[in-house]
Amino acid sequence: MSDVADRVKKIVVEHLGVEEDKVTDSASFIDDLGADSLDTVELVMAFEEEFGIEIPDDAAEGIQTFGDAVKFISDAA
Amino acid sequence: MFDLTGKTALVTGASGGIGGAIARALHGAGATVGLSGTRVEPLEALAAELGERAHVLPCNLSDPAEVDALPKAAAEAMGGLDILVNNAGITRDQVFMRMSDDDWQSVLDVNLTATMRLCRGAIRGMMKARWGRIVNISSIVGATGNPGQANYAASKAGLVGMTKSIAYEVASRGITANCVAPGFIATAMTDKLSDDQKAKINGQIPAARMGSPEEIAAAVLYLASQEAGYVTGATLHVNGGMAML
Repeated sequence: MSDVADRVKKIVVEHLGVEEDKVTDSASFIDDLGADSLDTVELVMAFEEEFGIEIPDDAAEGIQTFGDAVKFISDAA
Repeated sequence: MFDLTGKTALVTGASGGIGGAIARALHGAGATVGLSGTRVEPLEALAAELGERAHVLPCNLSDPAEVDALPKAAAEAMGGLDILVNNAGITRDQVFMRMSDDDWQSVLDVNLTATMRLCRGAIRGMMKARWGRIVNISSIVGATGNPGQANYAASKAGLVGMTKSIAYEVASRGITANCVAPGFIATAMTDKLSDDQKAKINGQIPAARMGSPEEIAAAVLYLASQEAGYVTGATLHVNGGMAML
């Protein structure tokens, strides 16, 4: 697993309080990991801080799963 | 009674009578305050009066870019932004049938839209901190209406609905959002009224007098305090009984 994926997973596990093995590429933050819409805003804020990037709102809306997040951040970083 | 030591507060419209009193009250409780307004001179004078823990942050609230930049500038100047008091407001009174689009839009822009932008900008840091206080200054006329003030009343009623919605969304993050709705308050604006006009107004107020800016500031101080953590989505009416809501 890439370094980006590890760091993203750490944030997700900490923020949502879920088991690490539940955080798979296809895991949806809202449907599978129990996030509410405000959690997804906070996750994006945490990603921005961790990776020093800016995730615009329209892009943030497209980040539904753990895999989406890793892909977006890998492309942006 | 309420201790805001270590907290940072941004007050818009701090050059006015009510805004100045709010800034003094929060500062007096130990907060670091950011004084915002369009006129720099009165802000500088207030900052000089307060001494330490006071920062001047000029902002034209009809300019969206300036408004968006204000929460960040405040957080940088003060080292954070825990308390946001949206007090600034303008009037453009006109009988409704003669109210121009510009009369309408300029009041909505400053009173409602700028407040929305400042709330949006401030909540980010508050969510991270898991603590925040938003106090929006509405008005009795937002609840009762007032002839000649369709624009102003709409903006002030709009604040109440917006504040309640924000309160719902961020309550689980330790952030409260409330309104204070002043009635008739003695300020430079009401000084201009004749004794006759004042007597007429006082006749409609059970307390038989206008309120003071300090009485509004005390309500804001309460809602900004640690102690008011379970109060959210509320509108605190401070109007001498003029409208019991």
